[in-house]
Formats: sequence, structure tokens, C-alpha cells
Amino acid sequence: MAAPAAESGPCECKSDMASVKAVSSAFPLALRIVAECPVSKARACVLTLPHGSVNTPVFMPVGTQGTMKGITAEQLEQLDCRICLGNTYHLGMRPGPELIEKANGLHGFMNWKRNLLTDSGGFQMVSLVELSEVTEEGVLFRSPYDGKEILLTPEQSVGIQNSLGSDIMMQLDDVVSSTVTGPRVEEAMRRSVRWLDRCISANKNPHRQNLFAIIQGGLNAELRRACLDEMTKRDVPGFAIGGLSGGEEKDDFWKMVTLSTDHLPREKPRYLMGVGYAVDLVVCVALGCDMFDCVFPTRTARFGSALVPWGSLQIKQKQYAKDFQPIDPECECPTCERHSRAYLHALFKSDTAAMHHITIHNISYQLTLMRSVRRSIVEQRFPEFVRSFMRRMFPCGEPYPSWAVEALASVDIALD
Amino acid sequence: MCDSISGFAVNSATCSTCVHVPCTIPLTTLDCTGAMKLELSKVVRGCRLGLLTSIGQTSQHSLEVPGCLLYTRCATVPHLTQDTLHTLHNLPAVTQVTLESLAEHQEILEEFKHGVRKFAGLHDTLLFCTLHDPATTHPAGHVTNKTVSVWGSGGRIELSVAKFMAMQAAIRPDCYESMADGETWQANTSRKRVRKAVERTLSHLDECLELHHKTQELKGSAIFGVVEGGDILEERLRSARETAKRPVAGFVLDGFQSTSMEQELREQLITAVTAELPQEKPRLLRGVGHPDEVIAYVEAGVDLFEGFFPFQVTERGCALCFDYTATPDPETAGTSPPTVLESNGVEPAVEVLKENGEDSPENMSRFEMNLRDTRYRDDFRPLVDGCSCYCCKNHKRAYIHHLLVTNELLAGVLLMLHNTAHYLGFFHALREAVANDRLKDLKSKVLQ
Ligand SMILES: [Zn+2]
Ligand SMILES: [Zn+2]
Repeated sequence: MAAPAAESGPCECKSDMASVKAVSSAFPLALRIVAECPVSKARACVLTLPHGSVNTPVFMPVGTQGTMKGITAEQLEQLDCRICLGNTYHLGMRPGPELIEKANGLHGFMNWKRNLLTDSGGFQMVSLVELSEVTEEGVLFRSPYDGKEILLTPEQSVGIQNSLGSDIMMQLDDVVSSTVTGPRVEEAMRRSVRWLDRCISANKNPHRQNLFAIIQGGLNAELRRACLDEMTKRDVPGFAIGGLSGGEEKDDFWKMVTLSTDHLPREKPRYLMGVGYAVDLVVCVALGCDMFDCVFPTRTARFGSALVPWGSLQIKQKQYAKDFQPIDPECECPTCERHSRAYLHALFKSDTAAMHHITIHNISYQLTLMRSVRRSIVEQRFPEFVRSFMRRMFPCGEPYPSWAVEALASVDIALD
Repeated sequence: MCDSISGFAVNSATCSTCVHVPCTIPLTTLDCTGAMKLELSKVVRGCRLGLLTSIGQTSQHSLEVPGCLLYTRCATVPHLTQDTLHTLHNLPAVTQVTLESLAEHQEILEEFKHGVRKFAGLHDTLLFCTLHDPATTHPAGHVTNKTVSVWGSGGRIELSVAKFMAMQAAIRPDCYESMADGETWQANTSRKRVRKAVERTLSHLDECLELHHKTQELKGSAIFGVVEGGDILEERLRSARETAKRPVAGFVLDGFQSTSMEQELREQLITAVTAELPQEKPRLLRGVGHPDEVIAYVEAGVDLFEGFFPFQVTERGCALCFDYTATPDPETAGTSPPTVLESNGVEPAVEVLKENGEDSPENMSRFEMNLRDTRYRDDFRPLVDGCSCYCCKNHKRAYIHHLLVTNELLAGVLLMLHNTAHYLGFFHALREAVANDRLKDLKSKVLQ
């Protein structure tokens, strides 16, 4: 099969016209399924958004405060990143939605010409701010900057995201930790459905900004199913799978993911929130997810951890002081093209540029991994890709994590 | 001949009060100047306009004077990767590396064997290695007759001439300054101490020259001799004359970085020193970076400066914004360097603050604006209107302000790009001004 065209339009694979299906002309979003894995639930799509098209499966780096750490927008473009994240909570606090609106939205403020996704801000409030309280009205919390009590309602969350002007907005959801059980989980799920409706009606820019629903329900299959039933009744351009990757057992995690993708409409994008470890990405692509985000690759870079196909290198460790090869000899990123492990090791003692070098490498690693995954789906050899990926990640008889083996087996990919 | 050098070194080391014996080494047999040439195209009222060519072994690079080096730490321009650095045009052909930031990596560099340029992934640049990092201060009191000290991330590293030269062999710079006792910049240094510093520095130079000759790795690289002498004219002159007798490629004027010395005295001393130095060899002034001082010392006969000032400005969250347009000439108006957008009724962006030489926001100079100031919160202008650096072409003051108040790493990247561009633009304007006899205009612009 030919490599997919970057722009949307009639699909080149005429034999499969059923897959050519824009979600709805009402949304500023179109999903074209380019290829589906005949074995697993993996799929390769082109997601067209207001600021250009995005090939999926895609990893979206997180630029919390309107910047991708020490990387310039131009460097991020050169890595062929098509979409990245901004955090509504942080940006809503500083510099504030009014200022960003004056700067022509977050795109203008940070001068990023490609797509942006913003979260609802709810997750940060619950996880970062002490004394936050959730009521039917919204999330009540105390500002860490001036101590004032602030109520974030679904309407306000969408209002801020409208000011930010992101291409994809997330609904405000009632977040409970994935390890919480009992009636609170159901309450949060039901409330998230109600809040979704409030978010949909609050969206001032439905023709420019896509609002995604977030599937909740904790680790309870019944609640997840109920949430899926309710939310898929709503006309939204895409769905996120939320409430996971919060410290739950991996065995529970993957079952909730696969349950969700089983019930999500085929023609809409599926975004698995907060997932970014390489193995998790590959497995969850097999389970049918299209989009991923995680702070891990950029955060870990600043501590000197470089991602490689066989795990990671802790560049600050003494063993790399005289190691004159690049982080990954096969990597084609600007860092590996020019610098050795030994130099990066030395530079870490002097300057922040050492972090930038590893951040660039790690973003490149994530994006390259997803491009390879995608190519294998398009070329109908995804299961073989998964097998060789896992062999490389767990060499020399190191056992595969059992959850990954089971998750992959559930979609008919057997590891050797 | 070698005996005479080492005998001399011992002599001066054991007797700190003796008057230095002129060096008698024939220049032809012990040439440590490399192939470097300084072609002066114009000398007017002390200012020297020219081109430094054939620096290093194989290079076709040249460096315009008056000019500055590209400042680095561990061979990296602070905050910048090669990709961000090369968004800047007309970078100086010579990069400064410091022994201070490299000394702790000696063993690694020795094992690597190909020098710092290759180790750091640099290609198209020449290296000038200096002893200390001009942007940091270090504790005094660690100089002995035979050693000087630098501070790495793991603490103090003591250098004998032998270790110093072994480091140079591992670094393989195109130029380097000889080892020097540069501790006499402090206020109230005694005459005796200044004298001793001159002695030691000459003695170190002789040892460096001798070892240089024996070091295969340094073939083709050039030594700059260091002129000391504190604030005492006779010592300055003696240091200059004695250094000039040695086969050095150029001179580093050390010990003028102190704010405890009056600028007028510094100007007098520097003018007196440069008068003693041969015309055809370049003079680098260590530790001075403010634009007004740069102009003053160019008029006193200095050719080269270290480019650390933009880094210091960056570290305090500031952006250089001083005006350096010297040409109202309509012929060149179209190509004139950027001016600050200041006169549109908004409050002036430049604050005049007291300066006491420290690297903190309170100590900013009048050449910069403090982007942390809340007035920039909703200022959607570039840092400097008309500046063509990556930062000014792509971002607004409000964004830089946001990056600073949220402690984001990109603030350092963008400010470093702008400040470097602005500073290099100033040096370009300075050369143009000397060439076109407009230094007076430039001076009044910069000093206004
Ligand atoms: Zn790489
Ligand atoms: Zn600029």
C-alpha cells in the first residue's frame, strides 16, 4: 500500500471506501482511516484539524506553560511534530486567558503554527492543588499564586479553552484516582456525563475548536460501559479514555482500554490520556488507540535520561563519561547526529543545553517510534513490528511483562 | 637554551623582588605565534580596524577587529544547541573555551585524543582557550609561585604549568593564553603582590613557550602572552615590554575587570600598555564587556573582547536594547542596525539602575531591559524593533515575560539568541563607525 497522503481527501485505497468517512461536516475535524491491522485493533489514520493534518497513531509532547521546555517552536517543527499539548490550568493562571486571547490565542502567544490540544484543567487541580473540592457546580480550589478561592465550572473550563483557541479541547471531567473504588467512582462518571453536556453547550467556537468527551468509570467495567453508552450518544468529534495511568495495576489498565475501544465509534479518534512509555504506546495502539500524550519523555530528559529502543540511558552516570558514541547510533535526531554520550555527560555539569539535547532526542524517539508503528500498520505487518519491538526492548531472555503479553494476546498478537 | 629558560624560571620563582631579566630566546627558533597575521586597514585616534587571518593550523577563517569571541561554557554557548545557535548569522569565527569549564574533563579529553572542537561537535569554528571563565568570579588566595587554580563542578583544580600545558594539548585550541597570575584585580593589592604577579606570569609564559614547542598536539596553535601589573603603571609597562619580547602571537590584557579601578585610570593604563605592544599583534582585553567600556578601550588600542556580556544579561532575565545606530547617512540607512522602538509615547523600556558588577536583576546595566518587569506582561512588541534574530522575528515581549515568570527554560534560549545577536550587531556597528570615521556618533548614541 502506498504511503498515505498528508492531506485529507479521497482515500487512495479504493477497495476500502467504507473507511473514507469524515466524522461530521459540522466539526472542524476529519478522520480518514488509511489502514487497519487485519490481526489486532491497530489502525493508521489521517486526522485533519484546523492547523493541518496529523498522522495517527500519534504521540503528542506536552508543553505545559506554552513552551516545550527549552525547545523552540522551529525545532519542534523540524522534528515533524504536528500536534502538542498545552495545560489549561497553568495557562489559565499565568498569563491568563484574557492575555492569551489578545495574543491571538495560544498559537499566537507561543508562535506555534500547527495543532494544539488543551486539557480541561480539572486533572491538574485535583492532582496539584491541595484542598480542592468537587461539587456539582464545578471544581473549587485555592489559587497557589494568590490564595484566592476559585471555582472552575465546565463552562469556565471551555471558556478558557476557547480563549486559548486550541484545535482540540477536553471536557471538564470529575477526576477520581484510578485506585479509588466504591460509589464515588459512579458519582464521578455520572457527573462527567452531565458536565460533558454543559461543556458542549458552552463551546463558543464549535466550528473552529473540537471538544472531546472523556470516558470515565474507573476500573469498573460496568461503569465504563455505562459511560461509553451515554457519551457515545452525544455528537462529539472525538473521545478520550480518561481516569487511567494513575497508578493502577497494568492488568486493570489494559482491560479498561480495550473495553473502551470496543465500544467507541470506529470513525472517531480515540485519545488515551497520560500514556507515553514506549511499551504502553505499542500495546495500546494494538488495542485501537490513536492519540497519546505524556510528560514523561520531556521530564525524564531533564534528569539526563535518554530513551532508546532497548530502554533508557542515564547520561549523567559515570559509565558514559568516556563513551564517545551517540545516544543511539541509529537515531537521526540533531543530537545524535552531532553529539556523543561523553560530551552530553560533560555538558550536564555546565549548562542547560545538555537538557535541551536530550529533550530533542526523546521527543524524536517518541515521534519516530509512532511513525514506525504507523508504517507497519500501513504495510500490514504490525504484528511482526510488535514482536521485533518487544524483542529489542527486552533482550537476552528478559521476560516480557505479563500484562503486555496478555493484552497483545487478546488482540491475537502472540509474542515469541 | 632550554637551560636558560628553566634557570630563569627558577630564579624568578625563588626571588620575588628581583627585577626581571630580559628574555634572550631568539624568536626564530621558538616561534609560538602560529601563522596568525593581523592586517590593519586603518588606525585612527588609537582605534585599530583590521582583519586577523590564518588563525590556527589549517584555517581559512578570519576575524574582524575590533571584535569579540563567541562565549561558551564547556564549549557550548549557554542555553543553545547548534541548531538554535546557527539561527544567528555572522557569528565570530573564533569561539572562546575556558580551561575553567574543561579542566575536570582532562582525562576524558586525553582519551578522546581529537581535541575539544570535535569532542563538542563543533565544526566550523576556531577555538581560543582562556584560563578563567569571564562570567564567573572565583575565590582569591589560591595562587602559588608554581600554580594557579580554577573551579570546576567538583571544586578547585590546581594547575601547574605542566598540567596547564597537558590540558592545552588535550583541548587543542587554535590560540590560547599562557598561564597567568591574574589575582591583582582586587582593590588594595600591594605593590609587592602586583610585582610578584608580573614575575610569576612571565615565568609561566616562558615555561609555556618551552613546553609548547615540545608538544606535537599544539603544532600550529598560537600563544597569547598575558600582561599583568594591577593598577601600577611601571608594573604594567614592565609586564607589557617583557611579554612583547617573547615570541607570542598576541596579548591578553588581564586585571582590568575590576570595578574598583576608576575607568579613567583603566583607560590610561591600557593606553600605556598598548603603546608598548607591537602594532602587528592583536590585543585581547579580558573581563570587560559593557558597550561603553568596549568603545573606550577600542580607543585605547584594544582589538578583541570576550563575548560574555550577553550571557550575563540573559542570566538576569534581561534583553540588550541599547541603540547603536551611528549612521544618519541616507546611503546606509536601509542597512542600518536595529533601533529600539521607544519613542511612541509609551514609558521608556530602559531603566537606569545602579550597577555593582553582580549578576542579578538589581545589577542590570543601562544597556538592557528587565523582561521580568510587569510592564511587559501585555507588551506585544518584539524585544527590539527591527532586530532580525530568531527571538524578535518570532516572539513578543509578553511571551518572554511569561517564560521568565514561569521559570521556563526557553526564556534563556530566546534571550541568549537576542542578546548575542544584539551584541554582535553592536560590534559590527563599531567597526563600521571606525571605518567611516563615525565613532563619535556611535559613542554618543551608545552613551545617551
Ligand atoms: Zn537521537
Ligand atoms: Zn532580537
